[in-house]
Amino acid sequence: MDTAFSKEDLAFQKEVRDFIHNNYPQSLRDSINAKRKNGEDLSREDFTDWHKILGKHNGWSAPSWPKKYGGAEFTPTQKYIFEQECAKAECQYVMPFGVNMVGPVIYTFGNDEQKEKHLPGILSGETFWCQGYSEPGSGSDLASLKTSAVKEGDHYIVNGQKTWTTAANHADWIFCLVRTNPDAPKPQQGISFLLIDMKTPGVTVRPIYLMDGSNEVNETWFDNVKVPEENLIGEENMGWTYAKFLLAHERSGIAGVARSKKAIERIKQIAKSEMSYGEPLIQDPAFQRKIAEAELELKSLEYTELRTLAKDSAGKGPGPESSLLKIKGTDIQQRVTELAMEAVGYYSNPHLGSTLSNEFVGPDYAANLAGSYFNFRKASIYGGSNEIQRGIISKMVLGL
Amino acid sequence: MNFDFTEEQTLLDNMVTSFVRDNYDWETRCSIVKTEEGWKHENWSQFAELGLLGVPFSEEHGGLGGSPTDLMIVMEQFGKGLVVEPYLPSVILAGGLITNLGSKEQTNEIVPKIISGDRRYVFAYAEHQSRFDLFDVKTSAVKDGDNYVVNGFKSVVFGAGAATHVIIAARTSGDQRSKKGITLFIAETGSQGITLQNYPTIDEYRASEVIIENLILSKDSILGDIDEAYDAIEEEIDKSTIAACAEALGILEVLKDTTTDYCKNRKQFGQPISKNQVIQFRLVDMMMEYEQAKSILYMAITSDLSDPIERRKAVSALKSRMGQAIKFVGENAIQLHGGMGMTEEYMVSHYFKRATMIGVLFGNVDYHMKRFIDLTQSNIEKLEN
Repeated sequence: MDTAFSKEDLAFQKEVRDFIHNNYPQSLRDSINAKRKNGEDLSREDFTDWHKILGKHNGWSAPSWPKKYGGAEFTPTQKYIFEQECAKAECQYVMPFGVNMVGPVIYTFGNDEQKEKHLPGILSGETFWCQGYSEPGSGSDLASLKTSAVKEGDHYIVNGQKTWTTAANHADWIFCLVRTNPDAPKPQQGISFLLIDMKTPGVTVRPIYLMDGSNEVNETWFDNVKVPEENLIGEENMGWTYAKFLLAHERSGIAGVARSKKAIERIKQIAKSEMSYGEPLIQDPAFQRKIAEAELELKSLEYTELRTLAKDSAGKGPGPESSLLKIKGTDIQQRVTELAMEAVGYYSNPHLGSTLSNEFVGPDYAANLAGSYFNFRKASIYGGSNEIQRGIISKMVLGL
Repeated sequence: MNFDFTEEQTLLDNMVTSFVRDNYDWETRCSIVKTEEGWKHENWSQFAELGLLGVPFSEEHGGLGGSPTDLMIVMEQFGKGLVVEPYLPSVILAGGLITNLGSKEQTNEIVPKIISGDRRYVFAYAEHQSRFDLFDVKTSAVKDGDNYVVNGFKSVVFGAGAATHVIIAARTSGDQRSKKGITLFIAETGSQGITLQNYPTIDEYRASEVIIENLILSKDSILGDIDEAYDAIEEEIDKSTIAACAEALGILEVLKDTTTDYCKNRKQFGQPISKNQVIQFRLVDMMMEYEQAKSILYMAITSDLSDPIERRKAVSALKSRMGQAIKFVGENAIQLHGGMGMTEEYMVSHYFKRATMIGVLFGNVDYHMKRFIDLTQSNIEKLEN
């Protein structure tokens, strides 16, 4: 048992730190801060600027990808260090849909043409991807999805609706689960994995506004969309297998430990400025205890994640335990957004950036903290709700 | 022992229920909150016609002489409809202060105009450093001949944009955190020396920052005795806290019922999700939280509010416990609605947001928990000796 960083790891940590220091654009920091303060949505450039810089540096935009596909192929420890440093420096995260989701599916199950066509754009950040999984009637029960793809000559004709499509309004491509065999004995057996160019006629994106007013997710409609057969990944009707592979990848980064650590630090800063009973809030024992409880839970989760990573590096795969990381990680994310909102008292009320007011009121650090609390209620719903995750653990880990 | 409404209270309940049903369907409400002002004058006129603006005021001024129970009835129904007109900050809170402290001349002049809907008063109390401490007042009023010169800053004053007048808590003597030395002044919101910065709140109500610079007021604008406003401020904020909790209770009822219905209808894995035991138990827990919240509201409303100690204990017990219920019922309502609950389009998120912000209003769970502890536990040794 040894959790100390080796000499090489420490050198790597310094390398990452220096790289971020020298290359993370101040203009991006300013742009994102201004939008956070005004409650505006991020632009495509805000999402891709840092991705593009990392993409030009030893495959750092894709920490897990093998070197032969242009990735960084970090060890689990390096990945952990990299995530920590990016979070500490408050770097904009790299959108997961290309790099963490469809990329590994393409290099694992795709053919050479597909790898050649799609991997470079994912790595460099030039191509923006989104995920077409959920449908209005198929959320937790994803396998019941209805969007159909019917083979006609060398094309599929796609019809149906996807929902909760994050960043579809920015995306160039969408990877979709579609039903190719409605008569399969089990719903999971009639599903295929299809890549669709968002510019194809018949694809329509409609915004969904979340309760904080943000437009992160969308409805994506397909009306007789003609998709070339070479956009099918792997075998027809085997899509569910690829989707399960992908979901495991989606979960492995979901704990968000490093980002939550940073968020707790920020709450402490706020609590030093906010007054309560005539003293700084940070001296209020009730609030101190809540921060400490969140810190302790996060410390535990950090080591749970490290244990999972260690197992992963031994080639055992993240496994159903990754559901634990999702549940606990999102619990803490939600808790810290709540504490931040609580810290600023009455100044959690102003809603900035709405069409009705852009004038800023209250202390800078209070901007949009209630919005963030409301927005983060999504975390226990997306990526398989926390109820679904518990179901996975009870079935796959406990054998119930 | 009975918890039933009187015949008059049932009539009031029916009247407010029909107002909300007839004037506050979801689409109408959504269009009101998107307007520049964020509330509807016609609704205010209708409140006046229905006598709602007079509920807490005495009959001699044309009011209904209503009790805290009557206000609870109004606010609970307003909660169910997410009514955004500033009834709580103006009629209940500012109106309460005027009744509590006003001279005969002041109440004779002001109260009928509030009841008729011609004037709306709001109370500017919070400051940036004060958090929930009502006695923490930096805004100063300095005597200058027959007048006072007021300078300061008031934070997040609900309904100020809709108000004709603002009641300002200002320090006339003592330290920033001294209970003695606070005086209330009434000013027209359009007075020279007052700047309002209006904005929508995250739960679609309206508030303002009130910037006060060399505001000159005559001594006639003083409400109550110089330096002695604190006890009345605390009392009226306490009573308004009960009213806010009644609004929250109405909201929680909608959240609980809507979520139960949704789970019965939403099908996944070939059956309604309400067939899952984990969902059933969660809905049961939400129902129990709602019932507990209702009970503690009834406890507060039936306690002896004329006794300051009893009142403080009851109000802090209520607000703290209500805050816990808001969190549990609200968060789970969103969770069980899944992605639908997250959207602006679907009404459940709006109820959740309003309930959450009521949780902050007049002091959050921690603030009222501490106040309750200070009132009930720090004296235990004394009581035992």
